[in-house]
Amino acid sequence: MKEKLKEIAQIANQEIEEVVDLNYLNEIRVKYLGKKGELTAVLRMMGSLSKEERPKIGELVNKLRDEIEEKIEQKEKAFKQKELQDKLEREKIDITLPSKKVIRGSKHPINRVIEEIEDLFVSMGYDVVQGPELETDEYCFERLNLPKGHPARDMQDSFYVSKEYLLRTQTSAVQARTMMNNKEKTPIRIICPGKTYRRDDDATHSHQFGQVEGLVIDKDISFADLKGTLEIFVKKMLGENSKLRFRPSYFPFTEPSYEVDVSCFKCGGKGCNLCKQTGWIEILGSGIVHPNVLKMNGYNPEIYSGFAFGTGLDRLAMFKYGITDIRLLYTNDVRFLKQFDRKDEENEIKY
Amino acid sequence: MKLSTNFVKDYIDVDVETKKLAEDMTQIGNEYDSSEKLINATNLVIGEVKECKMHPDSDHLHICKVDVGSEVLQIVCGAPNVREGLKVIVALVGAELAGNIKIKKGNIRGVESNGMLCSMEELGIESKFLTKEDKEGIHELPEDSIIGEDPIKKLELDDSVIDFELTANRGDLLSVLGMAYEIGAIYNKKVKKVELSYQQTKEDINNSFKIDIKTDNCTLFLAKKVENVIIKESPTFIKNRLIASGIRPINNVVDISNYVMLELGQPLHFYDANTLKDKIEVRMAEENEKLITLDNVERTLAKEDIIISDGEKPIGLAGVMGGLTTEVELTTKSIIIESAIFNPLKVRQTSKKILRSEASNRFEKGLDPNRTYMAIERACHLLEKYANATIVGGLVEYNKENLEDKKIEIELSKINKTLGINIPKEEVLQIFERLGFMCKIEKDTIRVLVPKRRIDIQIKEDLIEEVGRIYGVDKIEGKLPVVPLKVGSYNKTIREVRNKMIALGLNEVLSYILINDKEAKKYTKDEFEIVKLLDPMTEERNTLRYSIIPSLMKIFEYNQARNVKDISIFEIGKGFYKKEEQYGEETKIGALMTGDYYLNIKKEQSDFYTIKGVAEELLDYLGYKNRYSFVVDKKMPQEFHTGQTANIVVNNDIVGVIGKIHPEITKQDVYVFEINLDKLLQKRVGKMKYKEISKYPIIKKDIALIADNEITSQEIENLIKRTAGNLLINIELFDLYTGKGIQKNKKSLAYSLSFGAQERTLTDEEILEKIKKVITNLEQKGIQLRK
Repeated sequence: MKEKLKEIAQIANQEIEEVVDLNYLNEIRVKYLGKKGELTAVLRMMGSLSKEERPKIGELVNKLRDEIEEKIEQKEKAFKQKELQDKLEREKIDITLPSKKVIRGSKHPINRVIEEIEDLFVSMGYDVVQGPELETDEYCFERLNLPKGHPARDMQDSFYVSKEYLLRTQTSAVQARTMMNNKEKTPIRIICPGKTYRRDDDATHSHQFGQVEGLVIDKDISFADLKGTLEIFVKKMLGENSKLRFRPSYFPFTEPSYEVDVSCFKCGGKGCNLCKQTGWIEILGSGIVHPNVLKMNGYNPEIYSGFAFGTGLDRLAMFKYGITDIRLLYTNDVRFLKQFDRKDEENEIKY
Repeated sequence: MKLSTNFVKDYIDVDVETKKLAEDMTQIGNEYDSSEKLINATNLVIGEVKECKMHPDSDHLHICKVDVGSEVLQIVCGAPNVREGLKVIVALVGAELAGNIKIKKGNIRGVESNGMLCSMEELGIESKFLTKEDKEGIHELPEDSIIGEDPIKKLELDDSVIDFELTANRGDLLSVLGMAYEIGAIYNKKVKKVELSYQQTKEDINNSFKIDIKTDNCTLFLAKKVENVIIKESPTFIKNRLIASGIRPINNVVDISNYVMLELGQPLHFYDANTLKDKIEVRMAEENEKLITLDNVERTLAKEDIIISDGEKPIGLAGVMGGLTTEVELTTKSIIIESAIFNPLKVRQTSKKILRSEASNRFEKGLDPNRTYMAIERACHLLEKYANATIVGGLVEYNKENLEDKKIEIELSKINKTLGINIPKEEVLQIFERLGFMCKIEKDTIRVLVPKRRIDIQIKEDLIEEVGRIYGVDKIEGKLPVVPLKVGSYNKTIREVRNKMIALGLNEVLSYILINDKEAKKYTKDEFEIVKLLDPMTEERNTLRYSIIPSLMKIFEYNQARNVKDISIFEIGKGFYKKEEQYGEETKIGALMTGDYYLNIKKEQSDFYTIKGVAEELLDYLGYKNRYSFVVDKKMPQEFHTGQTANIVVNNDIVGVIGKIHPEITKQDVYVFEINLDKLLQKRVGKMKYKEISKYPIIKKDIALIADNEITSQEIENLIKRTAGNLLINIELFDLYTGKGIQKNKKSLAYSLSFGAQERTLTDEEILEKIKKVITNLEQKGIQLRK
């Protein structure tokens, strides 16, 4: 028996050594360790042995079984390892080939500017409101202290569609609407971005253009408040280093009124073709709400005061992104649009 | 307003540089467009032509020897009037003339030329201001000109001009005197008196001349008469100042009327007294009344026009333009001077219709009645001095205006509260004084007397502005308002829509809402009236769009013309309409796709299903999943491909349209959709809520069907859904086939059905039972199981 086991061990070892694939290894496993395998056959023959020999031989068989099993397992492991290695080798790719692009759209520069302005003012507790673009003469002019025949209407040649209705020439129309809609006449803090229209079309003007209007009405609102607010606004939009210059001006709906210039960001104020050698670029109109406007829209100027401002979005977008021709904003060349396909950088402002 | 600095220096001592003056004026609210010397030309000198010979190779060029003091130069000159003995303006080599011309040593047809003899135009005076002689040749200097000296000085053209862009309220600054007050406030200097003195005869004009004011639209009317005028060229300073101010000199009399207007801001009108009868009448015109104006154009008048008449017929349009018949001519001997104030609004209306002039511009902005008096006196003074006029005594006068200063009270505390500063009262009083306003303070209240010239100052807020601008806006420190905290709000949904479309790979556009009326009814079957402009700039843009699609098509064409073929764009914007006499506007989103959509190695062209996918993604994202369908109506807009278009329906309500553009409109495969966002977003969306994930397995079954081409996939899906009941949790079309093996007019569709239940494992038997029922139902509709 012992010889028989020795012989099995020798042949099995040789066979396992020489095996070339997993299938064959499995056959070997069955051949030696299976129910009908050679070791089982040896065990079956144990009946013919003496009581003394039986445990010894049993022990030898078990030992041999463990040995063969371990060898097979080792071999199996080696095979699997090789197979995995082959798979990885096969799956090797040229990682420099182009990626599968997830398609990405783009946001129009004017709307980028609008969203940035909205976020800033919402963070200061302003509501963003909208008004009709097809507006009445009453809201666009009359309720803003611009009666019919007022010379200041010349500055805003309008597109009328009837005697009373026109395409709004200024987002200021929303000022009057907001005041009138506020039945309780409580404080107001709004901005209104949107489209405006004037009969004006040349290299620097588009008959359609964007504006944003701001209005604050509360108790004890002063010019200093306006100045501080606009300083934050301009620095956020055009950078921390921007300087502001307020110039007295005239708008019928504010008194006092101011035009606001920002230091030229191209030349830093030294004078260049962008700022027409002045070092300043006019970007805002603003002022203290005219008492007539408060009165006309139901607010008592003895109790309330406020400030208002308005700025052109097209110019802001042009400055911000270095766009040199206003027409680019409205011709919508796809090659232009696709350049606005990423997150804007943040302008940190200190206050 | 072009301000000659020489002119304003008559009234204020100011010796700052022109540029500095312009900047200082800007700081107090008076912007300027340009500030420069009247004559920018350099390196000029007075010369005398000593010798003048014809150029051998030319029929018009002359070879001149010109003495410029330091040397005698040879200069070739083409002017017809060049001749020996003439004193001329010489531009030396190195000179820069108007129009960026640089003078170099030259060789003209073989003859050396060392400089140039100049015309006035070459110095930079616009040709419209020049005399006939000056237009045709070089300028002839007076004989007393000294060789070698500066010709600009000799011509009294050493002046600077600041071109101000004034605000609409500052009519007072449309005069040199008004400017002087403003400049005086900056530098704290007093304005000098205007010279008004003259002799007059003992007679009284009132005995021979009457005025009759028949309308409230004339509030002040003054007339004076002068006789024996001699019409000739104006003195140089008058001519030059007019030119500097942008007005063409004509003759001494006409020039004086313009000069006084520039100086005092009050337009005057001179009538040839011999063409008038013994009266002037001011009244409103009759409808269709005719008048031939100075420019020899017959004008048809309307009831709103104020006119001057001689008692019978119109002789002038008040504040706008005089009539031809009473014009001052070279033969005129006596003049009636009119100085008046008319209703600014009426003048504005009439001038807008007829002609915007320097005069109408001033009438429109409002005038100071004190100046109306001053101007007529000033005109007499100048006419006596420069036109030898005899001034007839007396003044014809009609006055409904108040000449007194305006009294306005303001509290010091109000000034400080509004500006957000703390100026001491002494400083405020000093500011008013500098502005030429008298004032008194009593406790907190300041009583200010505002001269009539400042028509813009009416209420206390106007005085606050005055204090602010003279004090210096820069000195006011900015701060943030101290107000109660509150939450700001904005329309998040529109932003979500925009961001979703961008995430889907589309580029956002912004287009003009004004389009051509022929485009305005396209791409829609909605009932509405288009909204047209009353006064469009161009016919191309005469109407407000209703649909965004015409705008998108224009952008498509624009890009296509530039060889950009892959276009995926969208716009969120307004569409406008009129319904039942009411105007309205709605926010819409439109999208257009053509060419490649994916930009990978394996590109994919957009087709109907691409844009449908984009529309579905948007609707799903906004929460309308399972609530919309694409429904083909018998009447789809004709601009769409008849076989590839549908309405977008949400809750049985049409909210938009989708389709391929009709091949007759473009040969390219262009797909669009438009959704009315106002209409869509009115439909409420339920809350996003977690649904228990089933622990039980899902059973999938595939079925392949053969159906008539006419039957839509959606119909089949709906039928399957209805029969299978709520155990069917998903249905997906995974194959569509026509062609070999399938009958003509038939198609094969393969669906994958997923079944599942929340609370138990489904048995194969019950699923097979469901499928059997589905097939039976499909067969009843003529849809067969594919074997």
